[in-house]
Amino acid sequence: MFPLAFVGEGKRVVLKYFVGGHGIFRKLVDMGLNPGSEIFVVRNQMAGPLIISVKGGQIALGRGIAMKIYVEVKE
Amino acid sequence: MKEVVIALIGNPNTGKSTIFNALTGLRQHVGNWPGVTVEKKEGELDHKGIKFRVVDLPGVYGLTAYSIDEKIARNFIVQEKPKVVVDIIDASNLERNLYLALQLLEIGANVVIALNKIDIAEEKGYNVNPEELEELLGVPVVPTIASKGEGIDKLKERIVKSLDRKPPIVEYPNFEPYIKKLIKVLEKDEKLIRQYNLRWLAIKLLEEDNDVRAIIEKSKMRDDVLKTLIDVVNDLHKKYGDIELALADERYRIISEIAKKAVTKKEERITFTEMLDEVFTHKYLGIPVFFSLMWMAFKFTFDVSAPFSDIIDAFFGWLGDAVGSGIGNDALASLLRDGIIAGLGSVLVFLPPIAFLFLVFSWLEDSGYMARAAFVMDRVMHRFGLHGKSVVPMIMGFGCNVPAIMATRTLEDEKDRILTILINPLMSCSARLPVYALFAGAFFMGREGTVITSMYILGILLALILAWLVRRFIFKGQPSHFVMELPPYNKPNWRTIFGVTWTRTEKFLKKAGTIIFATMIIVWLLSVTGPSGYLGSNALESGELLAKSWVATIGRALEPIFKPFGWDWKAGVALFFGFLAKEVVVGTMGILYGVGEESLPYALASSSAFTPVTAFAFMAFVLIYVPCVATIGVIKQEAGTKWALFALLYELLLAYLVALVIVLIGGALL
Ligand SMILES: Nc1nc2c(ncn2[C@@H]2O[C@H](COP(=O)(O)OP(=O)(O)OP(=O)(O)O)[C@@H](O)[C@H]2O)c(=O)[nH]1
Ligand SMILES: [Mg+2]
Repeated sequence: MFPLAFVGEGKRVVLKYFVGGHGIFRKLVDMGLNPGSEIFVVRNQMAGPLIISVKGGQIALGRGIAMKIYVEVKE
Repeated sequence: MKEVVIALIGNPNTGKSTIFNALTGLRQHVGNWPGVTVEKKEGELDHKGIKFRVVDLPGVYGLTAYSIDEKIARNFIVQEKPKVVVDIIDASNLERNLYLALQLLEIGANVVIALNKIDIAEEKGYNVNPEELEELLGVPVVPTIASKGEGIDKLKERIVKSLDRKPPIVEYPNFEPYIKKLIKVLEKDEKLIRQYNLRWLAIKLLEEDNDVRAIIEKSKMRDDVLKTLIDVVNDLHKKYGDIELALADERYRIISEIAKKAVTKKEERITFTEMLDEVFTHKYLGIPVFFSLMWMAFKFTFDVSAPFSDIIDAFFGWLGDAVGSGIGNDALASLLRDGIIAGLGSVLVFLPPIAFLFLVFSWLEDSGYMARAAFVMDRVMHRFGLHGKSVVPMIMGFGCNVPAIMATRTLEDEKDRILTILINPLMSCSARLPVYALFAGAFFMGREGTVITSMYILGILLALILAWLVRRFIFKGQPSHFVMELPPYNKPNWRTIFGVTWTRTEKFLKKAGTIIFATMIIVWLLSVTGPSGYLGSNALESGELLAKSWVATIGRALEPIFKPFGWDWKAGVALFFGFLAKEVVVGTMGILYGVGEESLPYALASSSAFTPVTAFAFMAFVLIYVPCVATIGVIKQEAGTKWALFALLYELLLAYLVALVIVLIGGALL
């Protein structure tokens, strides 16, 4: 398991867990990013925010928060 | 007859305001990025003899009451208990949107679903079956394409039919026994029964919701509820770990089952959005593209509007002459010619660039680019202690700072929000444009474009520096995390774009007809009268006479302040009245420089009151010094009196400082 921030463009992963406080993750969950959901990394340029696609919608995520979202490669 | 309250709710950017406008015939701001509506807006609808009060709520992903807009939305549903809650769902993003729908059903709201944006869903290759969805959720579902007005009549019909429906209850199998246990205790307080849905209170208690916790603190059953809660939470915690996440998981599980049955997906295709994003969100290309787009927006504004301004200019010139020679009474003729036509006319000449500026930015807002702007600028903003989302209010500030400051409400973090508010007045709004255009035309012939652009850039640079300083010394710490949904790009929705442009232009015209108009009359009156009484309309032609007027008295009182810049007292008067609205600066100059035969830029250039250097300093001063009264008002409303005063003070000081630096450097160089 590794942070979402390290996943390359075009890869499909599954969200496993969050590390850190509650507040911000509550919003992510409301936006469709709950543990178990499938994430497609649309853009990750290894600097600045990422763009991911989850449940059919696109979300931009800051690198900082993407470091706290742990994922696993989808088998 | 009593009004029936219905609320419109839904995820951000799903088309709530578009539906609101279609239902009420009003023209609420519609734009293609999450967070356009930040306050609740009300309108009326008469249908089948029933009077409805329709309330447009800010877009929210959930009902956890995390940011201001979420709080507004949730409090409205919980406290005002609208008869029907229309949940506008983006069909192209069904699963995430249904998450809110379930939470609405938890509250016990009488939900009707508008399945909107089915055209986009289709484009993406989804096919959502509304009948199936209706069956599975147990609430009415109406497919709509709000931007084309499709399905609105059907929606009205279903709303009327659902007025007395009993909403279904969603069961969460893994949690039912625990929820029931909590309800058993809660229902011993009849006050709670009367005011809330107990099921919702129970669920929110499990989620450790602060507001609901506060409600329980006041209940007479407080101790029993909390005791049961501890037991239940212990049990659940052992079973599932984090309860909040487990509940979310349960909701999404139910949703995914619904979606499996109601949605069929055709093959995946590359959409237009993905192709554009290759370029617009590119690591190296994104930022240059952003600046080019901004530059093109302004370039278009000026190039296209120039001929229209000339026509208006010529018209007011002719009108002034005609009125001046046609009316016998000196005072009346002067009021019309030297006051209203010269003053208001010199402001209205700028109607075309202002209207085109609004047009370009409305198009930009509708296109879906705003969210990308936030995305690509996040890195830059971060360096100055700002948030990526701060970009949206900053861009809106080019139009008008008042709605721009309201738009900061989508920033959840209080420090980020206040910081974004504080720097916003430095984003040069459309009211300042006339001043730049006037002075650039008068003193920088042939280089107007560069000079005007330099004002905008100066504003942006000062805003960034200020943000950095405030972050460094007052709001220590980092900006909060960047999270934003990226909507798909729109083909231009001309109906929306022209609608938004017109609403904003209308506001400018209203301002011209009220505050600017009134100020012009006052300025004229103070110019043709003085301590010795009525001076006659000649005051505006002859410097000697004008020197005896009230405006000259005001001007001379202010003169020492502006002495270092080498401006004459008329400039001081213009700045003084410009506090009300910045267009007034131009209008006042129009009156004081007695624009009769010649146009204002020419009159200014030949008056020897300014040199190019002092003119440039004046433009910078207008850019920075006190934003208009309305902006100060909205800062006070959004951030509090303390910050409004802070803004007022820093702007005056900064304006003075920058103008001084310009004059000193300019003087040394030339
Ligand atoms: N293609 C398409 N676009 C739509 C439809 N309905 C609305 N839009 C567009 O979607 C965008 C968002 O519309 P708004 O009405 O501002 O959405 P909102 O839900 O009020 O958004 P917030 O106030 O930010 O929560 C605008 O660009 C609309 O023109 C639709 O049915 N189809
Ligand atoms: Mg809206």
